[in-house]
Amino acid sequence: MSTWAGFFATRWGIIGVGALIGIFAPLLQRWGNPPNMGICVACFERDISGALGLHRAALVQYMRPEMIGFVFGSLIAAYAFKEFRSRAGSAPIVRFVLGAFAMIGALVFLGCPWRTLLRLAGGDGNAIFGLLGLIGGIWVGTLFLKGGYNLGRSQKTHASVGWLLPLIMLGFLVLMLIFPQVQGQEKSGVLFYSLKGPGSMHAPLFVSLVIGLLVGFLAQRSRFCTMGAIRDFVLFRQTHLLSGAIALVVVAFIMNLILGQFNPGFEKQPIAHTMSLWNFGGMVLAGLAFALAGGCPGRQLFLAGEGDGDAAVFVLGMIVGAGFAHNFGLASSPDGIGPYGIPAVIIGLLTCLLIGFTMRKEVA
Amino acid sequence: MSGIVDARGLSCPQPVLLALSEMKKLSKGEITILVDTETSKENVSRAATTQGWRVKVEKGQEEYRLVLKKD
Repeated sequence: MSTWAGFFATRWGIIGVGALIGIFAPLLQRWGNPPNMGICVACFERDISGALGLHRAALVQYMRPEMIGFVFGSLIAAYAFKEFRSRAGSAPIVRFVLGAFAMIGALVFLGCPWRTLLRLAGGDGNAIFGLLGLIGGIWVGTLFLKGGYNLGRSQKTHASVGWLLPLIMLGFLVLMLIFPQVQGQEKSGVLFYSLKGPGSMHAPLFVSLVIGLLVGFLAQRSRFCTMGAIRDFVLFRQTHLLSGAIALVVVAFIMNLILGQFNPGFEKQPIAHTMSLWNFGGMVLAGLAFALAGGCPGRQLFLAGEGDGDAAVFVLGMIVGAGFAHNFGLASSPDGIGPYGIPAVIIGLLTCLLIGFTMRKEVA
Repeated sequence: MSGIVDARGLSCPQPVLLALSEMKKLSKGEITILVDTETSKENVSRAATTQGWRVKVEKGQEEYRLVLKKD
């Protein structure tokens, strides 16, 4: 067991996990998930928000089992390796707000960092602007970190605190089993299901869940994080996490070539728009929010699975943020940005700056 | 020269930032760093090794005590 535990902390461990995601994301597309969206944490949490009726955008409603699997895979790994540690209390309201704005920024671009990499690997040139924005946002975040920004210490707490998000996810899975999708119907019991659009495209429940569990398990072990990949390189010139993210892109690119899913260009890319400035701007906001919160959306799910109650609040912030993004017309569509997307990005950036400048707590 | 850094309860990348700033301050000697997650233990160890410090990990009840040494 200890050799295994050690392996995932090595460079080959993180490369292996990045490569595995690079294999399964394109395969999930082949098995039914939306194009260039084999696994997108922001998009899938947005779909969950839609399945719950927190927004009523008819095209993006589906209870994505991958996300449930991520949390439980991480939980299982954390228990198996005696790392489950219930903790909370490091500025939860700030994490909620950061989660909400991270989601809004990601939905202006149309993707989380994982999907940014998957879009690149699928040939979507617009993702270059998203990636540059992500790097820019994280770079600003590192300036705050160097300036002493931090959200304070978390406290060890009751085990059940760390179990709440996993239990919520379990509840979502149970709802899905009680109210399964009915062909041609947009609602089954309390859950909404898309009849067309990305929300209607999904791999079989069991396949999605098992791959989610596997990725969650391995990502907990290796601490895979796409925001950390860029942050650690900017801050410390450290390439450990970065090698995992690069492995993801390279392997996903090869998989897309093999599966015939590589279509280079800018126009008519799946679930993407060509407004470069806002592809960039949306991801500056998302990148900064992830950096201030200490993890990309995937990492927040894995942290929540190993007992981090503050990461769990970030996840809930993202799900609620998706509700705002679609109800208020902030989210983009293939036609371009939403009617209120620009002011939302500006307000989000101002909020992040307020957080970054004013939260410099002495930790000594 | 010796120093102690309490990074318990702090999330990424704070423990590494604090450890690096202490390493820079002392440049050699012994530094003790307290962390409470496996991830912080790995990250601080990795950063210290890169900076040429030797790392010894002692496991306590609720925390890890990382003893960094450089001559």
